[in-house]
Amino acid sequence: MMIQLEDVTKRFPGGQEALSGLTLSVGKGDMLFVTGHSGAGKSTLLRLIALIERPTSGQVIVDGHNTRRVKRRKIPAYRRQIGMVFQDHKLLYDRPVSDNVALPLVIAGVGHREAARRVRAALDQVGLLHKEKQNPETLSAGEQQRVGIARAIVTRPKLLIADEPTGNLDPDLSLEVMRIFRRFNEVGVTLLIASHDISLIDRMGCNRIELDDGKLVEHDPEEDLSWQ
Amino acid sequence: MAVTRHSDAVAPVRSSGPVSIWFTRHISMSIGALGRLFRQPFASLMIILVIAVTLAIPAALNLVVKNAQAVSAGWDNALDFSIYLERDVTESEAQGLARLIQQRADVESVRLITASEALADFKEQSGFGDALDSLSENPLPHTLVVRPSASNTSQSMILLQEELGNLPEAEFVQVDTEWVQRFHAILDIVRQAIVIGASLLGVAIVVIIGNTIRLDIQNRREEIEVTKLIGASNAFVRRPFLWSGFWYGLFGGGLAVALVQYGLYLLEEPAARLAGLYQSGVSVLALTLEESLVIVAVGVFLGLVGSWFAAARHMRRIEPR
Repeated sequence: MMIQLEDVTKRFPGGQEALSGLTLSVGKGDMLFVTGHSGAGKSTLLRLIALIERPTSGQVIVDGHNTRRVKRRKIPAYRRQIGMVFQDHKLLYDRPVSDNVALPLVIAGVGHREAARRVRAALDQVGLLHKEKQNPETLSAGEQQRVGIARAIVTRPKLLIADEPTGNLDPDLSLEVMRIFRRFNEVGVTLLIASHDISLIDRMGCNRIELDDGKLVEHDPEEDLSWQ
Repeated sequence: MAVTRHSDAVAPVRSSGPVSIWFTRHISMSIGALGRLFRQPFASLMIILVIAVTLAIPAALNLVVKNAQAVSAGWDNALDFSIYLERDVTESEAQGLARLIQQRADVESVRLITASEALADFKEQSGFGDALDSLSENPLPHTLVVRPSASNTSQSMILLQEELGNLPEAEFVQVDTEWVQRFHAILDIVRQAIVIGASLLGVAIVVIIGNTIRLDIQNRREEIEVTKLIGASNAFVRRPFLWSGFWYGLFGGGLAVALVQYGLYLLEEPAARLAGLYQSGVSVLALTLEESLVIVAVGVFLGLVGSWFAAARHMRRIEPR
């Protein structure tokens, strides 16, 4: 299993529960979508996996690491194992595309030549090799998101998590981004993607789970098929 | 095409072990920090100037004390002894004694002022000429003026003074070193005051740099959040700010040395004139290379301390949300 959640509850200081006793697992090499309306707990789930938050109770086990046992000082090293894609891209606009993509490699201490080679490979995979010298500000929203994806996969992580990666994109661009994800999945990357775009997910024919009020909504596989 | 591929294949693999990666990463980070300094030239210059002036003040004062000590060290050994001989010592005996003392290694020269010369001098300078004429005999003794050699230390000076005083022909040895000693004591106090003042100014530099880095961190909060989100450690995020502190300190220290040297250049001519008036061959002592390096090193050290404090304090608070 790549990700295992066992009876995970996340309660915020205000008292509201983002996740209530959630148990789920994502196998190695899976590509799983998490749906649900906003506030259902999708983002919280991803934030627990990225160790931006810690669960109030329960276990989160990622690639064999129980996040509860990851000490504060070890969080950076833990995060480097995971590729992350954000709805708002979180690019740095004071440097060109190539430097943005190279950032995880610089953090990991990869040598200059090797880094340059891998950055070009990552940009090639998202179809933006010709824009490596540009500032991200000059790119469209879809292109910026693809730069964000290149940055997430440049360290060749086994797990990629994405929070509403198509949230700001029109249907064509969304499909393009999904196809890129699909290609990574085909070479063995595990993907967990939060999205509310159910029609797109079903068009891709991917597995999905639905969260509602911090709990898993049981789906009847027959019902799923009736969508297609 | 085939040729390039071939040469690629045989090209020696550049060493990119952890050390060289660490090294190149630091170089690129330091250049990056330098670039940020130059992108805000006015603000950076202001900070560097403040650091430079703060470092230059104690450095300049210290130099003044150093020069004063160098000059007064000359005075210490240039003091002449006056040996007033017993009244019954004849002029030829006095001359013999002068030759004897002259042979000492710790004596540079001996001059005999005979009683009659002394009286003539006194008559001329005191204006009591007529009154002195009425004296039946010369009341003044022969005097030997002994100039110690320059190699004497203050200890050997005391010894010399004692030995001259013990001569049977000597009635009284006069030397006035007290005011020189007082002057040295004052210089010591001034020097200590400079150390105390310099320490306080050092604290001021740490605060100035710390505050500058704090603002820098706030301005780049988003960047820090993003880099932390994709796995950067606190040490990694801190590094460029430490480099900024390093550059502020380095440039501040360098400018401080330049300011002091320029001040010396302005003082050179009046100092030479003063030295001429006192017929002393002493010239103004500039900063040695070692002292200059110490000033720059102190600047760098304070820059690093200031930025480290600011980064350690504010970096931990910035966590991805």
